[in-house]
Amino acid sequence: MIQQVIFYLFAALLIFSGVRVVASRNPVHSALFLVLAFVAAAPLWIMAGAEFLGLVLVFVYVGAVMTLFLFVVMMLNLDEVPRSKGFVRYLPFGLIIVGLIVTLMLNVIDPSHFSLHVNAGMIVPQHHSNTKELGLMLFTQYLLPFELAGALLIVAIISAIGLAFRGPRARKVQDPSAQIAVKRNERVRLVNMEAEKKS
Amino acid sequence: MKVTAATFTNLSPEWILLGVVTLLMLIVAFSKDKKQYLAVTVAAIALGFSAMCAFYHMNETNQVMFMGQYLITPLTSFLKFLTCLLMLAGLLYGRDFITSRNMQPGEYAILILFSTLGMLALISSNSLIVFYVALELLSLPLYAMVAMERNSGRASEAAMKYFVMGALASGFILYGISMLYGATGSLNLNEIAQQLQTTAVSHRVIFIFGAVFVVAGLAFKLGVAPFHMWAPDVYHGAPNPVAAIIASGPKVAAFAFFLRFLLDGHNGLVHQWHDLLIVMSVLSIVLGNVIAVVQTNVKRMLAYSSIAHMGFVFLALLADNPIGYRAAMFYVVTYVVMSMGAFALLTLVSKAGAEAETLNDLKGLNERNPWLALMMLLLMFSMAGVPPTVGFFAKLGVLNALVHANMTTLAVVAVLFAVVGAYYYLRVIRTMYFESASNHKPICLNWDERALISINGLMVLYLGIFPAGLMSLCQQFVG
Amino acid sequence: MLDPILQLLWIVIKILIIVLPLLGVVAYYTLAERKVIGFIQLRVGPNRVGFKGLFQPIADGLKLLTKELIFPTKSNKYLFVIAPVMAIAPSLAAWAVVPFSPHLVLSNVNAGLLYVLAMTSLGIYGVLFAGWASNSKYAIYGALRSAAQMVSYEIAMGFSLIGVLLAANSTNLSDIVMRQSGGIWHWYFIPLFPLFLVYWISAVAETNRAPFDVAEGESEIVAGFHVEYSGIMFGVFFLAEYANMLLLSILVATLFMGGWLSPFQGIPVLGALFSFVPGILWLFLKAGFFAFVYLWIRATFPRYRYDQIMRLGWKVLIPVTIVWLVVASFGVHFHIGPWFS
Repeated sequence: MIQQVIFYLFAALLIFSGVRVVASRNPVHSALFLVLAFVAAAPLWIMAGAEFLGLVLVFVYVGAVMTLFLFVVMMLNLDEVPRSKGFVRYLPFGLIIVGLIVTLMLNVIDPSHFSLHVNAGMIVPQHHSNTKELGLMLFTQYLLPFELAGALLIVAIISAIGLAFRGPRARKVQDPSAQIAVKRNERVRLVNMEAEKKS
Repeated sequence: MKVTAATFTNLSPEWILLGVVTLLMLIVAFSKDKKQYLAVTVAAIALGFSAMCAFYHMNETNQVMFMGQYLITPLTSFLKFLTCLLMLAGLLYGRDFITSRNMQPGEYAILILFSTLGMLALISSNSLIVFYVALELLSLPLYAMVAMERNSGRASEAAMKYFVMGALASGFILYGISMLYGATGSLNLNEIAQQLQTTAVSHRVIFIFGAVFVVAGLAFKLGVAPFHMWAPDVYHGAPNPVAAIIASGPKVAAFAFFLRFLLDGHNGLVHQWHDLLIVMSVLSIVLGNVIAVVQTNVKRMLAYSSIAHMGFVFLALLADNPIGYRAAMFYVVTYVVMSMGAFALLTLVSKAGAEAETLNDLKGLNERNPWLALMMLLLMFSMAGVPPTVGFFAKLGVLNALVHANMTTLAVVAVLFAVVGAYYYLRVIRTMYFESASNHKPICLNWDERALISINGLMVLYLGIFPAGLMSLCQQFVG
Repeated sequence: MLDPILQLLWIVIKILIIVLPLLGVVAYYTLAERKVIGFIQLRVGPNRVGFKGLFQPIADGLKLLTKELIFPTKSNKYLFVIAPVMAIAPSLAAWAVVPFSPHLVLSNVNAGLLYVLAMTSLGIYGVLFAGWASNSKYAIYGALRSAAQMVSYEIAMGFSLIGVLLAANSTNLSDIVMRQSGGIWHWYFIPLFPLFLVYWISAVAETNRAPFDVAEGESEIVAGFHVEYSGIMFGVFFLAEYANMLLLSILVATLFMGGWLSPFQGIPVLGALFSFVPGILWLFLKAGFFAFVYLWIRATFPRYRYDQIMRLGWKVLIPVTIVWLVVASFGVHFHIGPWFS
């Protein structure tokens, strides 16, 4: 009972925020609703037994990715996006595509099409750790795609840095360790001068 | 899944690339050399070694690795060999171009190696998940490489278009993969094929939907009409050597997977795609050839011509008989050699300072460097399909396959538009030989560039005169 | 029908049992800070309200409650109000999985470690919302600084937790504590010492405390993200910061210092002598020590410059964690010492 209430609560929240992501005029609001959508999706996954994915969704997407997203959107300081022009003009095409995708989804979503019978008999043991299972899968069966994905991530870093980095700039930065390591002799020169004599 | 010594030897081309690229990152990070000679040399050696390893694997038996997710067959080894060589050529051609235009050769080398790694994985992938990850690994460095010329608005625009289109295609592919998985409960191509034999017709509907999405995504990457819109802008905006790479390596890799997805995996399912493939190939041939005629920019022209050539490849696949597959493979192999050569030539010509892109820039190339002009002549003849060159045999093979499969109408259409295509290739030759140059500065090349372009150009001639060797290889692999 | 509601009520009561004392402790932690820093700086600290100033937090709370709430013009009212809530909610929610003693834990979930990570990473939203909703340049500077800083240090923090995970072979916090039983030399701060340090440094940075308090940075951007807040909304931010500090103190104690385990465990005479002490007391003692270190650090170190913070995070802490992860995985593979068995 409680489970169902929670499920519908978060599902409704997810749909609501999903719609608002698209419908909001203000980009910051869109980003914030996207955050909300992620937060709402996480419990659904956890309820489905995938606690690892649910929590990772929160701390990777919500905690890191969306933070940077918001960071950028806030920096850009975009005002409200004006009402888009040509809405009526593109409406027919949009409707056609929506119609196509809806038909397609209706065709596909029918449970009879998914090989549900394959997983039907699965009984999850009491202290089943989804995290452990995922880890085992990733490092045995899916080792190759996992490693390739690692390469993919580093490519992303290299590309981003390669495109954004324009050489070191000359900065007026003190080097604290050099400051501390300074010797008296390097800064102070004692000059032994003879007293001037009166002529 | 046990990692054994055999895993390492079988995967040696991939391991070498991955190992060297990690080393390379350190070299590039710590080297003060502006030209990064060390990094580029190391990368070139790695690619060469990879190619060599792949070459030695060609004679070995089929290997299934990573629980059926990775296939190593003589075909994949050959294609890997080819890919590594193409990327090596791209690296060496681009070296001076990149340095002279204030781009970073270190990053260029690293990105090329990563992209090659993606291509190799794509060629061997036998599972949709490996396929997807490999495809991304292939594309991501390319997006960055297109944008490498950071101060050029055109390059940034091209990169943006490429990226957005590529992301869209990835979305298509993922959507399709999810449907395939839903329909069959597996990501492994062989298992999907098996499932398909036994499942009911209603499930096939989803399967076909999913497969159409995947094919559309792949068609994006191959640049086949009606998913070709990105190609001209990207080829145009990208730095010349990068355009050469985009026009060659990814095509081989995507073709390899296409072959496995449509043919190996689902024996006899080709007739299901028949209509789809017909539309795509005819559209490509017609659009590519007709629009190329009005282009004054050689890079754009080559882009459209690549669309047309890919149409030919699809036509050959359509025939759905061993002759057709053989012809398709022969066509791809020869096409990538030609397009690499053509773009490389533009790279070399524009090395002298001014960009070489439009027909005007090629005016009187014969006066400036007769040997380069001769190579371009060979390449253009081959692209047009003029007899002594290999392009002729490629086209002939496709037509032959079509006639064998009783698709004479398609063959006639193909021939007609190939003739249209001949016009613009020959126009390039006329510009080079019969128009006087506005810029008389002779073009000087390094010895390695001269050697490479000569090999590239003469290869087209050699394969044209002795096509039997490559033919029989193709027959052995896919026949 | 009634059963689930009762169940729910019972959960709520358990939550209140944790949260209400926690808020009390948080309030007195603020007093402790002023006293401790006063002591370090050779001052007396607050001593007017009640005996030796013991009622100071209550007086402060009352004062904040009665003050006017000011909303800046053109601010986003909803976000402006939600922001303090977003700041304090995750730091309270994370307590759900903290094991106080072998059987005293609100929710003994398998992925406790991940849950804690997720909750601590959510804390940033309070700062971001506050910065943006205030429609003030100082506030947004503070928010941006804090966002970049938290994202950077979260990586180091996550990596150091992976080290704990490797050693304990579990993401359940109770399990992690149990694996450290057997004596003080079994605690993870010994084999994972670099990770322990990195975790602690990132913990200080995550809570935006000195010397990483550039998000507030009085001398540069007035008060940073909460410059526009007044009254109890400011008070909630204040509470959130201290609640977060307490949370991280208790997490460090749990993950690296053996949680509720007695430090005299396994020592012949002392172990038996101290066995009557309940585990929860040990946990509080350890957490209290780290809470004190927070204050100690604040009183000792000057504020980092912004680029120094970034350099430390990316170029020092992250490489250190990665290297030590490799070391730790060797340890696990070869079952080194009593830690990686």
